[in-house]
Amino acid sequence: MNTARRSTLLALSSTLLLAGGIAAAGPAHAFLFGRPGVERPAPADFGLGPRSSAGQVYKATLQPAQPLRLRQLQSVPVLIVDAQGRPVEGAAIAVDGGMPEHGHGLPTQPRVTRALGGGLYEIEGLRFSMGGWWELKLSIDSPAGADRVTFNLSL
Amino acid sequence: MDTLRMRLAAAVMALAALAAHAGATLAPAVEELAIDALGAPPADPGNRWADDPAAARLGERLFFDARLSSNGRVSCATCHDPKRSFQDGAALARGVGTTSRRTMPVAGTAYSPFLFWDGRKDSQWAQALGPLESPVEHGGSRAQYAHVVAAHYREDYERLFGPLPDLARVPHAAGPVADVEARAAWERMAPADRDAATQVFVNIGKAIAAYERRIQPAPSRLDRFIAAWKQDGAPPKDILTADERAGLALFAGKAQCMQCHNGPLLTNNEFHNTGVPARAGLPEDRGRVVAVAAVKADEFNCRSRWSDAKREACAELEFLAPASHAQERAYKVPSLRGVAGRAPYMHAGQFATLKEVLDHYNRAPAAPAGHSELQPLGLTPRELRQLEAFLRTLGGES
Repeated sequence: MNTARRSTLLALSSTLLLAGGIAAAGPAHAFLFGRPGVERPAPADFGLGPRSSAGQVYKATLQPAQPLRLRQLQSVPVLIVDAQGRPVEGAAIAVDGGMPEHGHGLPTQPRVTRALGGGLYEIEGLRFSMGGWWELKLSIDSPAGADRVTFNLSL
Repeated sequence: MDTLRMRLAAAVMALAALAAHAGATLAPAVEELAIDALGAPPADPGNRWADDPAAARLGERLFFDARLSSNGRVSCATCHDPKRSFQDGAALARGVGTTSRRTMPVAGTAYSPFLFWDGRKDSQWAQALGPLESPVEHGGSRAQYAHVVAAHYREDYERLFGPLPDLARVPHAAGPVADVEARAAWERMAPADRDAATQVFVNIGKAIAAYERRIQPAPSRLDRFIAAWKQDGAPPKDILTADERAGLALFAGKAQCMQCHNGPLLTNNEFHNTGVPARAGLPEDRGRVVAVAAVKADEFNCRSRWSDAKREACAELEFLAPASHAQERAYKVPSLRGVAGRAPYMHAGQFATLKEVLDHYNRAPAAPAGHSELQPLGLTPRELRQLEAFLRTLGGES
């Protein structure tokens, strides 16, 4: 009976997980179309970080005060540390991004407006106009080197 | 044991059936369509009178005043008819002449960072001033309108905005307009007199915006449906029909409408090229791509000296994306609230019916210029009917 109950409960929880997954992903995000040659990254590659830059020079973490949302102009602080985890000061950071599956860029032109200290920088003017996979790319330049970090965000 | 096992198995199957039922879980993106997610309009830092009830009352009178036109017969309400959801049902708007664009509805525009089909204005008050000096809409000039205010609204104006400037040297028709004589008169005026006329003109816009800001979409059957779903934890069966519910599922899923028509106004307020055909007989219309420079240079934008905003409050202009090829023939995504009552559709009324609109999105033809963002949807005739049925649930009930 224990075995039976366990397997049934297992089935029950996977059903709930499935339902929860559908709810969390939301139908607006579940589009199956894409552009040839554009492949959505694995779920583990999505999120606010910490995210290593391509050449492992930096680790960046987005620290929005509230969850990223659609349509609103929003500011997002980003923490930049070096490979040893030390905050990077005085970095020049360029912001870019877009929706690879749609072939369009960001609807606004966000930029880093100020350094907040302790390796934190304020990205202002960010907006997401659609649900789905967005890339946010930061080109970081400091005495530690020039490198690029790409966040995959699910809106 | 077997009984227990069977009971548990039955419970699992029931849950699985519930989960498999289309849309049994209210997805956050669908929940966000509800009008109660809208909240109060964002502040308009450029208009100090935006939330002033007396300004709204003055603005309402100005909105209906046909003296604010070259022929005395055109008011804002001529095209933005409150009996027709503040639009006119015509493919191309007709004021003193005929424009090359479809009249847009007013409800909910307080939430939009950029106004007009191409977004060439960045506030409701700046938008309101455009048609007043358009040669085919109101057809008049700011000097004329300043005199109308002095003659008919002096007391209300001065209570709100302070003393009317001296208009003694302001001609009866003068402004930076297409009319040759009015423009010549404007160019002869001293800068101080131009400023006097412009100041009154700007305050007309701010009063009209204070009125328009209060024009909100009314709750629809979709809103009742979502509210009941949230309350009961299951989609109600007696608010939307089966076809309308299927239409909602398509809207949120296969038909990809929510790519752009998301949030409580069912618009992301952005500009997209969806391959809408050009209307024959009209001048070339490039949409957003040329409006980016226009809004940056606009005499009445958020950073202008006529705006009440501090420069740092003009974030939309500050972070405005530069013009790019993607904006060629990109037009505003309109709110779908009340859409069934607003034929014909698109920026120049190219489609007569919702059916034609849906057929266009299903086929995704190439754009006449630039690149359409659409891809064919493969919707069946039945699915298209269900989508249309859903769109008809978005009208205000009160």
